[in-house]
Amino acid sequence: MNTGELIWTEDPPFPENAKRAVDNSQLRRNVRNATATIRQRRAGLVAETPDWQELRKAGAAIKDDVLHHLDAYLEEFERNAANRRATVHWARDAAEASQTITDLIKKTGETEVIKVKSMVTQEIGLVDALQNAGINAHETDLAELIVQLAHDRPSHIVVPALHRNRAEIRRIFLDHMADAPRDLTDDPHALAEAARLHLRRLFLRTKVAISGANFAIAETGGLLVAESEGNGRMCLTLPETLISVVGIEKLIPTFSDLEVFLQLLPRSATGERMNPYNSVWTGVTPGDGPQAVHIVLLDNGRTRALADATGRQALRCIRCAACLNVCPVYERTGGHAYGATYPGPIGAILTPLLVGVEHAPQLPFASSLCGACYEVCPVEIDIPTVLVKLRHDAVNAHRHRAEDAAFATAASAMSGRRRWSAALKAARLMRFVRHGAPPPLHRWTRTRDLPDPPGEPFREWWRKR
Amino acid sequence: MMHGMRVALFATCLIDALYPDAGKATVHLLERLDQPVEFPLEQTCCGQMHANSGYFQPSLVRRYIDTFTDYDAIVTPSASCAGAIRHQHAMIARAAQDDALAAAAQQTAGKTYELSQFLIDVLHTDDVGAYFPHRVTYHPTCHSLRMLQLGDRPLRLLKKVRGIDLVDLPNDQECCGFGGTFSIKNPDVSAAMLADKMESVIETGAEVLCAGDRSCLMHIGGGLERIRAGVKTLHLAEILASTDGETAH
Repeated sequence: MNTGELIWTEDPPFPENAKRAVDNSQLRRNVRNATATIRQRRAGLVAETPDWQELRKAGAAIKDDVLHHLDAYLEEFERNAANRRATVHWARDAAEASQTITDLIKKTGETEVIKVKSMVTQEIGLVDALQNAGINAHETDLAELIVQLAHDRPSHIVVPALHRNRAEIRRIFLDHMADAPRDLTDDPHALAEAARLHLRRLFLRTKVAISGANFAIAETGGLLVAESEGNGRMCLTLPETLISVVGIEKLIPTFSDLEVFLQLLPRSATGERMNPYNSVWTGVTPGDGPQAVHIVLLDNGRTRALADATGRQALRCIRCAACLNVCPVYERTGGHAYGATYPGPIGAILTPLLVGVEHAPQLPFASSLCGACYEVCPVEIDIPTVLVKLRHDAVNAHRHRAEDAAFATAASAMSGRRRWSAALKAARLMRFVRHGAPPPLHRWTRTRDLPDPPGEPFREWWRKR
Repeated sequence: MMHGMRVALFATCLIDALYPDAGKATVHLLERLDQPVEFPLEQTCCGQMHANSGYFQPSLVRRYIDTFTDYDAIVTPSASCAGAIRHQHAMIARAAQDDALAAAAQQTAGKTYELSQFLIDVLHTDDVGAYFPHRVTYHPTCHSLRMLQLGDRPLRLLKKVRGIDLVDLPNDQECCGFGGTFSIKNPDVSAAMLADKMESVIETGAEVLCAGDRSCLMHIGGGLERIRAGVKTLHLAEILASTDGETAH
């Protein structure tokens, strides 16, 4: 399978990428500061929400209902969107989605489009696909703009440029944004103003916009985008043509289900009681906003994930990234180390579920299984359990002879009283390698001593009592 | 307290092999509380290391069940192993399409208790009569906190220890970076997490770092020893078993 942009490294070698990230002091500090800030804000808001656990359960239940009846909800959505003069397209994979969108833009005769921040367009590699077709797509979310100008990749689902600090952002603007003032400082207001003026020119002249959606409402055929800057709303209201790419798991049954998700999402994502901008549109409104509205419903591995009885809960995900902000691994590596569009704990399960674990066998191991992700997940995705299940699948998909042998030896030593006693005696040899063990234990002794083995194991003491 | 209850100790493979003092302390402590325990010699390992590395071993699940099925309760000085027994054994059996084993696993798991759970929920005591005149900080391991949801049980027990100078560990809820084979498969991230944990421990000025899992303590203690930090690691059982005459320190 061509994994496209979902995985952009060859079988993401997480341990190697992570080593580079861990050694990058600037990155470490940027990610630590950013995640700590959002984490604290979220914790404060959750503490003041007395029915938080009930909201989580409701969110999970609504999403599970959607996943159990996905076919019916998708058809209901398509019917209602079409009734409101939106055109619904279906895409099996990234290539189909990109082709559909390219064709739609070509029909307008335009070569410039503006984009709302969207993970799914990253997932399908849309900007590059459009570039190859001679269409320039401009990111309008401030952080996405920073990432695009720097020819970089997002490192976080909600805060794509959190690996950058303001000194680095100033440099990026000066080097890559032609209309940035030459006397630009790293004052956040100055940086925002430079981006604002740059983007304003784009908003006023561009006739086609592309978005994703946070929620697709089956009952009405409407879509919702939640954002902080208002740049998304500019894209959703000013152009003549609006094309939205929506993963098929984004459905919710009814408009009133938003009551649950619009409490869960902002608290979990940015640590706010409400998203500053919630934009909902339903097809075409004559004389107001885009007069050509297209919706591309995307599978791209979602039905594959749905077939996994343990893993399908990952499709509940509302992309809040709360799991990234509490993850002690993510905090030390940032997002690029995962080598995939979706980083962090959710990425470590979602990526292998979407593309098949044989294409991402290292990702389920990129976790200490500390469980902090599950604790904060607003839709109760049991990420540690899914990680362990995927590790099982990864081991079966990719036999690793030395490791298979090591675990088989251990299991055999543990298979009976006499064998186990013999193994315990052998453990005493550890005292010779406590400070420097041969591979693979050298990975332990590089930074830690091994324990000083006792004179006799516990069972010897017990037998003699 | 249920008198006449037949209780088994599941020492865990790690304590059996490398940390017998934590096992002995568990036995001494329970005997002091008039709760004798047996140590069935057929026991080996709960299979967590295998499972978390992707190698599901239904044979170890079966061994655990066969060894302990006749007991009224099983007590183990490890939150992580208790968590694996409660949350993984049935899953491993189901993955092997063995529904009978899954049902048996659920039953045995239901009577398996981590030490602080056993003391507080089964023996109904939080004052075990210990004496330990040292400065101690407590690290709630991830599986204590989030898998078993032990809450403040270990701290309630520690607070009742005579002579103890118990100090809060900054960022106590953050993982130490052990994660079983994670520490070998992702050694650099693991070491980075360990560095922050050690910094927090050292900041407390404690002589002793205490936890309910010898595995995490092996990792943190191995790091503290490497830099000669002068902080000792002790299992919760070792502090609770200490008395005026016999202290673990």
